[in-house]
Amino acid sequence: MSTATPSAKKVNRLGLEVLNYKGSRTTLCAGCGHNSITERLIEVFWEAGIEPWRVAKMSGIGCSSKTPAYFLGLSHGFNGVHGRAPAIATGAMLANRDLFGVVVTGDGDTVSIGLGQFMHMLRRNVPLVYVIENNGVYGLTKGQFSATADVGSKLKTGVVNEMAPIDVCLAGIDMGATLVARSFSGDKRQLHSILRTALSHRGLSIIDVVSPCTTFNDHEGSTKSYDYMKDHEEPLHEIDFVPFYSEISVEYDEGTTQEVEMFDGSKLRLKKLARDYDPTSRMQAVALLHEAHSAGDVLTGILYVDNHAPTLIDMLKMVDEPLATLSQSRTRPGREALETAMEELR
Amino acid sequence: MSSAAMSRASCPPTTHSVVNDFSIQVATVNGSGSQTANNVLMRSIFQMGIPVSGKNMFPSNIAGLPTWFTIRANRHGYIARKKEVDFLIAMNPESAREDVETLPPGAAVVYDEPLKLKDLRDDLHFYPVPYDKLVGPVCPEAKLRKLVRNMIYDGVVAHLLGIDLDEMRKALFKQFGARKAKAAEMNWGAVLAGKQYAEKNLVKTDPFAVERMNETAGKIIIDGNSASALGCVFAGVTVLTWYPITPSSSLAEALMAYLNRFRLDAETKKATYAVVQAEDELAAIGMALGAGWAGARAMTCTSGPGISLMSEFIGLGYYVEVPVVVIDIQRVGPSTGLPTRTQQGDILKNAILSHGDTRHPILFPSAPDECFKMSITAFEMAEHFQTPVFINSDLDLGMNNWMSDAFPYPEEPIDRGKVLSAEDLERLGGFGRYQDVDGDGVPYRTLPGTNHPQAAYFARGSGHNEKAQYSERPDDYRNNMDRLARKFETMRTYVPKPEVREAAGAKIGIVCCGTSRFACEESRDQLFSEHSLSVSYLRLLAYPFTQELNDFIDRHERVYVVEQNRDAQLAALMRLEMPAERIAKLRSVLHYNGLPIDARSVTDSIVQQEAL
Repeated sequence: MSTATPSAKKVNRLGLEVLNYKGSRTTLCAGCGHNSITERLIEVFWEAGIEPWRVAKMSGIGCSSKTPAYFLGLSHGFNGVHGRAPAIATGAMLANRDLFGVVVTGDGDTVSIGLGQFMHMLRRNVPLVYVIENNGVYGLTKGQFSATADVGSKLKTGVVNEMAPIDVCLAGIDMGATLVARSFSGDKRQLHSILRTALSHRGLSIIDVVSPCTTFNDHEGSTKSYDYMKDHEEPLHEIDFVPFYSEISVEYDEGTTQEVEMFDGSKLRLKKLARDYDPTSRMQAVALLHEAHSAGDVLTGILYVDNHAPTLIDMLKMVDEPLATLSQSRTRPGREALETAMEELR
Repeated sequence: MSSAAMSRASCPPTTHSVVNDFSIQVATVNGSGSQTANNVLMRSIFQMGIPVSGKNMFPSNIAGLPTWFTIRANRHGYIARKKEVDFLIAMNPESAREDVETLPPGAAVVYDEPLKLKDLRDDLHFYPVPYDKLVGPVCPEAKLRKLVRNMIYDGVVAHLLGIDLDEMRKALFKQFGARKAKAAEMNWGAVLAGKQYAEKNLVKTDPFAVERMNETAGKIIIDGNSASALGCVFAGVTVLTWYPITPSSSLAEALMAYLNRFRLDAETKKATYAVVQAEDELAAIGMALGAGWAGARAMTCTSGPGISLMSEFIGLGYYVEVPVVVIDIQRVGPSTGLPTRTQQGDILKNAILSHGDTRHPILFPSAPDECFKMSITAFEMAEHFQTPVFINSDLDLGMNNWMSDAFPYPEEPIDRGKVLSAEDLERLGGFGRYQDVDGDGVPYRTLPGTNHPQAAYFARGSGHNEKAQYSERPDDYRNNMDRLARKFETMRTYVPKPEVREAAGAKIGIVCCGTSRFACEESRDQLFSEHSLSVSYLRLLAYPFTQELNDFIDRHERVYVVEQNRDAQLAALMRLEMPAERIAKLRSVLHYNGLPIDARSVTDSIVQQEAL
């Protein structure tokens, strides 16, 4: 990874070095936007001084869902089944309300196969930091459309997507998430600050991070497309071929628009919310997202925050301690309770 | 009312009497509120000390379709469904003619007078009752009459069978509870109206009667789902995630009610549990697995279609080794099947649910006391072996009212299994999540939130080595799968052993599981008394099977595996692991028409196969 991480000698409030927040080495393609997100997660957890043993990392299936192995190696992780990270994460939070839950999934996971679970997680306001590494494409199965692919985007087979994408931020605002943000994997400063904010949010944070795929988000005619490279590179191993790119990086100010060139040569227009934007208005957030969409912009920043809505844990009126470690004296009623139940049935 | 003419039965009066050995069937329309009247009738007989069972055969519909409630009273304690109906209470105009036509000769019929049923046959005892005329005076409120008129037949039957009215009053007030005393009084008025009408207008000609016994003292009446729920409460369940599906919804609902009563913290009144109604069965099992991984005693309850949806997640639970309890109230499949009828249709599927090589333990409760006990056993097993554990109950057990011994308080302390604490990790200096330290195939685990740098591991449904690291190495994969097989072998010595009743000199035996029990027990007595055939008996309480099953088969020439499905699933599961000489001894008795299995069907099949 090319990003410089904070000096290894520096320690956080717990006396831990950033090294303590790293995981195993990434196995994703070089230049993958997901790796940038992994680095930001390492930074913010370290900076915030969150005890790694308190963190539970959960994911579904796909490139993005592999990433919990690459950060916070001292935290428990659960890489479950495709599209079902919300269920696993909800269950984990029920069992232990003291856990710090972080979910990393992709657009296929969250918006295609797992859309139902995603919606119901929003509705429940499960206290989680939920990161969607959104590249509009299925990487592990070699480049099929996901439901976040833009209208007009092309597969390497030449198939053009004609269906409108599902916007996870609109869904999040509408369905009950209490912090909704969008960023770009290459915008270190913004992604960092969004994640830091999310770590201190007590409800459900939905963070949609546009994260370009170096390998499969290409199209016919692009000089960097899979097909082009296959035809023009000489010693080519068809299946294993993965072009090497360095990460896309971008830095721009609040209230401005920035055009970014993607791996496939296409352009992404990022529009950052102004510094004085008030994220507590649901109506305004929804209107701005629609306006940006009509203008062909990707609106970034913290779009919506609600600091008052009760979380699922609040709603269940559970004891303050984690259910997971309650003693038998708390979980098995006494003899008189059973006798009462029996007497009613005699 | 021309009472003299109407009360003349077609069948001549019988001279003998049949005491405490008959079945009553109430044919009605669902949604008409007959359930209360039926439960009061059943409970009255129960309170007279007579062994009794009740079975509700209802349609998958809210209101308007035929429903039959059968009460069997039997002095010998036989509580399986009785194939023949002795005493029909015909309330449903739609089904009345067919109900009457299928009765055996000598049966009694209490019917709504306008249905004019007595002309249909001359070999039955008919008792007409003008419900509409009787209900008016006892229930001034017209819209309640539909409900209250059902109580009239309780009064009529009490008179005809000789049920103690004091017991019926007690049963009725218990059914309504203290808060509905006014409604209870009105309904009691209907019972009395029925009783008085019968006294004045009906001449008893049928032989059926009840006489007080002392066989139900201390016993309870409960449905299997409530019993399972109560078991979960005392097993220390902490997370229930579920999705409504007949016939398991009443389990979740009973569990929520019991949790709310018995599991609020004494001081803070906060819940020592969490219940979430999920959006579907995928989410229900996913949440339960997430909770089990994070240390909860987690469960879900469902039925066949839900099991099909849970298949992928169950494979994850097996491979990642997460404790979870899945209570399957089996109903008739395939597909939607008959949602309100019973079957043992998920035996084979649950044993090997999900893709790849998987094996899951199953417990087979046969009665409410076992529903209670096995809920506790299932949670202990799930955490001891770190794996999904199934309880295969069924609709007959789950949704019907059963007479049962009171449940004993669980004396064994809760065992959370091989969970390493921060102190353990400090002492050990670390651990390998999937390492077989003890040689029993059961590894050690840590819970998320354990404050130790060595506590964490990465749970994944993809290939992994002993340290829970991603691995596609052939030896890592194979070693892990072999250890999982070893773990399953260890379960054979842990699961509840079968119930065995050996008949001296018996050449043949019966093997069954779950609710086939009562029909099999009664059938053994029929085979002996009608054909002088001694039959041994083994009832399986769990899968994996134990050595007792092998020994039982070896001791007999032929073994009849009795089960409630078409494809002999239990026998198929036995064939999967048995040598040819044992398989050669297996025969099947299969019952799969949606109704609970009855003794006569078992007896007939064995008699035919034995060419007696």
